[in-house]
Amino acid sequence: MQTPIYMDNHATTPVDRRVVDAMLPYFSAQFGNAASRNHAFGWEAEKAVDTARKQIADLIGATPKEIIFTSGATESNNLAIKGVAEMYAERGNHVITSATEHKAVLDTCKRLEKQGYRVTYLPVQRDGRIDLQMLEEAITDKTILISIMYANNEIGVLQPVAEIGRLAHGRKILFHTDAVQAAGKVPINVLADNIDLLSLSGHKFYGPKGVGALYVRRKNPRVQIVAQMDGGGHERGMRSGTLNVPGIVGLGKACEICRQEMPEESKRLAYLRDKLKEGILAELDECYINGSLEHRLPHNINISFAFVEGESLLMGINDVAVSSGSACTSATLEPSYVLKALGVGEDLAHTSIRFGLGRFNTEEEVDYVTRRVVEVVKRLRDLSPLYDMAKEGIDLSTVSWGAH
Amino acid sequence: MAYSEKVLDHYNNPRNVGALDKNDPNVGTGMVGAPECGDVMRLQIKVNERTRVIEDAKFKTFGCGSAIASSSLATEWMKGKTVDEALAIKNTDIVNELSLPPVKIHCSVLAEDAIHAAIKDYKAKLGDRAEAGQPAETPA
Repeated sequence: MQTPIYMDNHATTPVDRRVVDAMLPYFSAQFGNAASRNHAFGWEAEKAVDTARKQIADLIGATPKEIIFTSGATESNNLAIKGVAEMYAERGNHVITSATEHKAVLDTCKRLEKQGYRVTYLPVQRDGRIDLQMLEEAITDKTILISIMYANNEIGVLQPVAEIGRLAHGRKILFHTDAVQAAGKVPINVLADNIDLLSLSGHKFYGPKGVGALYVRRKNPRVQIVAQMDGGGHERGMRSGTLNVPGIVGLGKACEICRQEMPEESKRLAYLRDKLKEGILAELDECYINGSLEHRLPHNINISFAFVEGESLLMGINDVAVSSGSACTSATLEPSYVLKALGVGEDLAHTSIRFGLGRFNTEEEVDYVTRRVVEVVKRLRDLSPLYDMAKEGIDLSTVSWGAH
Repeated sequence: MAYSEKVLDHYNNPRNVGALDKNDPNVGTGMVGAPECGDVMRLQIKVNERTRVIEDAKFKTFGCGSAIASSSLATEWMKGKTVDEALAIKNTDIVNELSLPPVKIHCSVLAEDAIHAAIKDYKAKLGDRAEAGQPAETPA
């Protein structure tokens, strides 16, 4: 076993060797522009892109023509939400999303608000899922789009996508889902789930960075979006720019591997995740799991280690790469807004750690991480005045803390 | 963000971790910060009644590595100083010693607050004793 151990697979994943091998010829041997229609270099590139389009479509139950290539999920989310809002502005000006979305969705919605659109940010329940009743009540005759993520990047909680899709289609509202964390990890079927637009990104499932896709439904209903970048009219006019052929080939290959290996891989990762969780909870008191365990990605667990600040824990397990919802690790110096939306107190949000297992983690690594986490949490609790107070039976919520 | 050698040293080998009897008349206790803000420091000093020299100092901190290091360093610096000398420790001294980056300056401010809070608590106890007519050192 080698250290450091990477267990932050929600942030990014290493590119699978098989994906790298598929990509390599398209850098310098088969370097053609997929838009070159008049020579073999272009044809080769176009063929490779078509294969990838099919591989991606197969992963999510779509058809190849419904796949639009982008630079990643941030672009896909921007294109989907702004593209729909602009296209259907005459029909309505209301968008519904949720409080725990990624910033690429939230900040896109905030921009729409500045342009005069109305956005409803649905709260989530304690388990991290939206309340379908509240969604239904939020719908107005001006609602044109519902954008709810498939799975959350911090807590791995799966939203009731099929129910949202059914509700949206029943009211003739388009449904976009940011499936960045779910694609390649859990079975997705855009037809069964009534999804109209879906964002995904290669580097979250062992493909390359800088390439992603947006699924745009072509039938029942035929979804149209306004392009957000002007240029050569690539991707049926929806996304201009020369196609990143090696990246697209890698994205396709990564989808194919995920589709083939998902049943086995998700079982293995769920086993490792549960072993990690059980191992930690068996040794430490005052640990709290954030988000639903039932509706959750198989490779995610998010735990608050009460009385131990997250960044100090990361510093202690410095040979393990995980991430924290602590303010000290965020650019904004605010603790995780996702955990806050779940109703997790700021005190506990500061103590949260996200473990994201992946294809290349081994059982030996999981055992090692368990030991390291337990050892460092114990050491830091010995250093924590809050743990002392809690052990003395003082209810910390009744203590009057000085302003700081 | 990389941590400085000194922050790592204090984090890995914190000095003077622990607690002093907060009911001891010669012990001053300072507790600053809040769990919601992600850092709480408890700093305690034990003062020699006659010389007013801080003979012992202990801390416990909930917070990031820089907060732990700042409070560890504060206890180290306070020991052997008189109460008034300890009051002269500034957060900027801690920043310089630990090479704290700008986002971690609040850790040093909190440590300075903890020093002041502990000394204030000690002085308050001293004042109470003077009022009660018990022997106590006159302030220098």
